[in-house]
Amino acid sequence: MSADIWSWSYTLEILPILANAAIVTIEATLISFVIALVLGLVLAVLRMSGAVIGWFASAFVELVRSTPLLIQIFFIFFVLPRFGITLDAFTAGIIALSLHYGCYCSEVYRAGLEAVPRGQWEACTALNFSSWNTFKNIILPQAIPPIVPALGNYLVALFKDTPLLSAIAVAELVQTAKNLGSENFRYNEPMTIVGLTFLVLSLVSAAGIRWLEQRLNRRSVR
Amino acid sequence: MSATTNHPMVRFEGVTKRYGALTVLDDLNLEVGRGEKVAIIGPSGSGKTTVLRMLMTLERIDGGVIWVDGEPMTHMQKNGQMVPAEPKHLRRVRSKIGMVFQHFNLFPHMTALANCTEAPMTVLGLPRREAEERAAELLNMVGLGDKKGHYPAQLSGGQQQRVAIARALAMRPKIMLFDEVTSALDPELCGEVLQVIRKLGSEHDLTMLMVTHQMGFAKEFADRVCFFYQGKICEQGEPKELFTAPKNERTQQFLRAVLEAV
Amino acid sequence: MGMFSLSAMLVAALIAIAIMSLFGDNALFMSGLLQGAWLTVQITLLGSLLAVIMATTAALFRLYGAPPLRWLAVTYVEFFRGTSALVQLFWLFFVLPLFGISMDPFSVGVLGLGLNIGAYGAEVVRGAVQGVHRGQWEATTALNMTRWQALKRIILPQAFVAMIPPWGNLFIELLKSTALVSLITMSDLTFRAKTINDTTMQTIPIFTLALLTYLVMSLTITIGMRWLERASLRGMVRGRGR
Repeated sequence: MSADIWSWSYTLEILPILANAAIVTIEATLISFVIALVLGLVLAVLRMSGAVIGWFASAFVELVRSTPLLIQIFFIFFVLPRFGITLDAFTAGIIALSLHYGCYCSEVYRAGLEAVPRGQWEACTALNFSSWNTFKNIILPQAIPPIVPALGNYLVALFKDTPLLSAIAVAELVQTAKNLGSENFRYNEPMTIVGLTFLVLSLVSAAGIRWLEQRLNRRSVR
Repeated sequence: MSATTNHPMVRFEGVTKRYGALTVLDDLNLEVGRGEKVAIIGPSGSGKTTVLRMLMTLERIDGGVIWVDGEPMTHMQKNGQMVPAEPKHLRRVRSKIGMVFQHFNLFPHMTALANCTEAPMTVLGLPRREAEERAAELLNMVGLGDKKGHYPAQLSGGQQQRVAIARALAMRPKIMLFDEVTSALDPELCGEVLQVIRKLGSEHDLTMLMVTHQMGFAKEFADRVCFFYQGKICEQGEPKELFTAPKNERTQQFLRAVLEAV
Repeated sequence: MGMFSLSAMLVAALIAIAIMSLFGDNALFMSGLLQGAWLTVQITLLGSLLAVIMATTAALFRLYGAPPLRWLAVTYVEFFRGTSALVQLFWLFFVLPLFGISMDPFSVGVLGLGLNIGAYGAEVVRGAVQGVHRGQWEATTALNMTRWQALKRIILPQAFVAMIPPWGNLFIELLKSTALVSLITMSDLTFRAKTINDTTMQTIPIFTLALLTYLVMSLTITIGMRWLERASLRGMVRGRGR
């Protein structure tokens, strides 16, 4: 009876395959997040620069945040080839994830940048810094530490969204689990293992973010 | 229950309160008679606010017993022994007490009138019409008959505090606690609140305990003044005596410092 | 973005959809997309309802429940926030039947997404309840209210106002997550877009129209929640009553 519901030999058989898939998931997560971090900052600066370009950046962020990641993935995977840009599934997935989370990160950056007191800009003007130097050396170093936990939360969220890449057949964890399930007519083991993997990794990273938050708080108090 | 109508309205019997290692109140013994008006003064951190908060059951006590109207409040008798009170018992005894807070604590999502009818309706089960009549009467009494439909945010601090007094009175308490009720107000707004308290004192047979920094008011209004210092009553007596000829050195120091600040 | 910009975007998106459906074969597959959109709306509404119920229950259990209830609430919240929405859907869809519980895909969608967003919502509710000033609780004690009376009449109505903006975000998250039900065979908007694309190969208009339709739905939620927030703030300025 118990073998009906859970087979350990099957579990052992599929574990290495799932481990390989986990590497794809982690790769996709990290690459996308790095791009999202850069893109988010660029978008945030554009939005704060005001004028027409700022409005367009805001509208773009609103558009991306208002529509499902899945349909964005389809859009990039199916529509871009029509303009002669053919991408493999993994690359298309990375682009969609980075765009999507870049827009979320831009909101976080904006909050961080706006939290730096105006007096800091004024002091730099009084010291005759160039705007670029002011931004890079004075404003950013103050804006970033408080928002590290919020950015970290988006890292975890991005990680949990990587299963969507299965919709365009990227062989990450969920896609692999689904394939294993349909090949062997046993979904129970692969799906449960994948679920647990996500749970453990998410809880560990959430704890890591909390730890980081406390450390940063301690530093800013001093 | 029977013959002892001359028992004190409030009695603290060896009451102790600690926060961790810090003892805020140390073996407090204090009796307040029926209809008596007691002012509690003292430097900050002397435990004076804690006295009111314990009586209102906002703070748990670590030792001793608090009696209200002849029966224990923090404890109850079970099989001839004193055991910590159950919520039901606590609620029954607590119904005799009302409190006015330093920061008013009005319900911001309700009008002045609704602030005064909410508890009579939900707790006492009064019908709406009766609750509203009584609330309107009380709002008139505190001089806010024309502000019934206003929300707290639309009222000045002094007006808010007067609504808070009306709200507490709507529950028909026998004992009223005033916790630094003018401390959060601009100086020019204190008068209207103190005037209401004066009126209450002269027209009703309420027992009142007030923590205050208004020495002038304490002197004129209270039957007795208690000076708290480091969790103990350092000196108490009639206001005339205590303010004009304090015996204790700490009291003298405190009063001198308060006078200098004016 | 301000109300004006949001409304402008909403109008622009609607106009763009109208104009696009005038061209070529677009009108043909527009009806298919709209049928999918209607399913998306249904799942969003029912899922949101479930999420609000779960969130409130879990938050109150966690704050005021007896230890077993508190423990249950913490497990629920951590589990559903810790795993992917898609993994949860697949698990409900593929694994639960093995234990003899099968549901139709629609129920799986509503249940999975409602539970998922409800777990995030529980933290929103908890934060809002804890954000109500302590003095409000003290006032209810002084007025001899029971804890339940205090919660129902005084604390929750105040927390409600603080909850509106984060719930707006969560409803949009839920709307966006409904796209996942296309992966468990439901013909929602995303599913329709994909299948119509497979047959007609009109890739650009199809996916653009689908994106715009989602945008219209999200903006409707955002604008609606802003309006609700304004309406419930009327008369009551938070932060002064303490």
